[in-house]
Amino acid sequence: MALPMESPVTFSNVGKTAWWQRGVFASQTAYVTLALLVLLVIMHFASPYFFTEGNMQNVAKNFSFIAIATLGVTFVIITGGIDLSVGSMMCFSAMITSMVMTALSTPGMPGASLFVHLAADGKTVVANVPGLILVTSVLSGLGVALIVGLVNGFCIAVLGLSPFVTTLGMLSIVRGLGYVVSNGRGSFPGGPDADYFYRLTSGDLLGVPMPFLYLVILALIMAVVLHHTTFGRHVFALGGNEKAAELTGVAVVRVKIEVYVICALAAGLQGIIICGWLGSAPANMATSYELNVIAAAVIGGANLAGGIGGPLGAIVGCVLLEVIRNGLVLAQVNSYWQQTLVGVIIILAVLVDRVRSRML
Amino acid sequence: MASASVQPVLELTGIGKEFGAIRALHDVDLQVYPGEVVGLMGDNGAGKSTLVKVIAGNFPPSHGEMRFDGNAVQFYRPVDARAVGIEVVYQDLALSDNLTAAANVFLGRELKRRIGPFALLDHKAMAARALELFGELRSETRPDDLVKQMSGGQRQAVAIARTRLSNAKLVMMDEPTAAISVRQVEQVLGLIHRLKEQGVAVMLISHRMPDVFAVCDRVVVMRRGEKRADKPIADTSPEEVTALITGAKEAA
Repeated sequence: MALPMESPVTFSNVGKTAWWQRGVFASQTAYVTLALLVLLVIMHFASPYFFTEGNMQNVAKNFSFIAIATLGVTFVIITGGIDLSVGSMMCFSAMITSMVMTALSTPGMPGASLFVHLAADGKTVVANVPGLILVTSVLSGLGVALIVGLVNGFCIAVLGLSPFVTTLGMLSIVRGLGYVVSNGRGSFPGGPDADYFYRLTSGDLLGVPMPFLYLVILALIMAVVLHHTTFGRHVFALGGNEKAAELTGVAVVRVKIEVYVICALAAGLQGIIICGWLGSAPANMATSYELNVIAAAVIGGANLAGGIGGPLGAIVGCVLLEVIRNGLVLAQVNSYWQQTLVGVIIILAVLVDRVRSRML
Repeated sequence: MASASVQPVLELTGIGKEFGAIRALHDVDLQVYPGEVVGLMGDNGAGKSTLVKVIAGNFPPSHGEMRFDGNAVQFYRPVDARAVGIEVVYQDLALSDNLTAAANVFLGRELKRRIGPFALLDHKAMAARALELFGELRSETRPDDLVKQMSGGQRQAVAIARTRLSNAKLVMMDEPTAAISVRQVEQVLGLIHRLKEQGVAVMLISHRMPDVFAVCDRVVVMRRGEKRADKPIADTSPEEVTALITGAKEAA
């Protein structure tokens, strides 16, 4: 209905919020970023080693080891959910990846003949198609993550179970499965494609660690998805008011399942990367990492009540945790203080945001 | 307004609804004409919300026929009702606080533009259209402001603007003035007038007698699942309506 506007809207009674009170600037993420910068300056004066290239590479690598999973869990947190199974998921995906890789590289194992053959000397294993084993094993690692994500999503979105309980159960189930398939021993990536695997997970490109590179790419994709696609809009709507989202025709069940799948896939990928860095996938790998991941997301400004969060916050949270860890080591502070300090920071970050939103 | 030559936008004939042994609605006939504001009144449990839910497509009626714009219709989900042009403004407004006004208006039917293989949100077009709608409603609401920071009247404007998006022919408002200030009530009643000016039929479900008498052309009173009265506002009085609601007067 194209009616002529009798009077254009005037805003005589409604002021415009100042730029520094809106958007990114008024978020917890902004304050935590500021705190991080201050911390970096302090570190610079506290230790001459902090801003060396080696240490920076180290920091970049270390925080990338939880940051990709943090991106995933941030999706879930924005919808107002939680995923406690990320730590177990990391381990299980890593384990499946390395077991599949080893199995496919062992002549005589079922299916292995499609991928490898023995060289003329009768000892060296040669891949039929270089890289195919790598792709297959990584895909199977991500495949189990996909299944776990679907089960989480189904229980929460369709059956209506609480996310906390569902994923707490999944934490145990997946960890248990990890012990079952490996008999508690863990596994090692091996075979002709293992070199590619190590290069892609713990190598670097022009001095930039690979995990960091993946993180940046995924974070950029996530930013676009969250703010410029219908899916992202619905993720935020779900966290803001789930009932409203449903009434306005948002496919609530589908979006919920999708965020748990994304989270599980991110955790799986993270686990595979960690496995490449460790050179193995022990059965107790990434135990209690879910707490670090959720802590990083919350410090970075994701609101556990839902509706708020983003990739920048997730990364800033991870960097902050890692800089503190790294800083305490460089400052030769007893490393047992680390956990205590992290806890203090979680509470401080949320407290500052609460005080700020009361003042405005 | 309700002349015989105009086709009613909504026509209910013998609508009934049972939940197990409970008869929530019985034999309700009702016509609503374009550009008409009908007040739907009744005490708690009188069947108002059941009637609204039947019309909004939350569940189908057990008996009776529903015609919309002359065509027989059957709704199984709210989306079905929305597809033919029935919009509901819910009591709690059903807004997402953490999204902007424009985002809320377009929630579930976002405008997109294609960039290569990707469909991205068209923020500009949505903000522009939302501003236009707020202009039509004469509400001072900025499309880019967060709903969290808005007054009750502005929130109502956002919820109502959403119904204008699809050019709905019938807008049902469930207690729109229940929890807002006196000044904001004025604004909301103003918004209802805007809808009426544009030929939209409005059903106002309210407990507040002054509001109903201020904006409605006709008042329908429900009691114990039945329609007890259907009168032009000019032919009745708040006292009579109160008597009808409480049962002091059986029917009019």
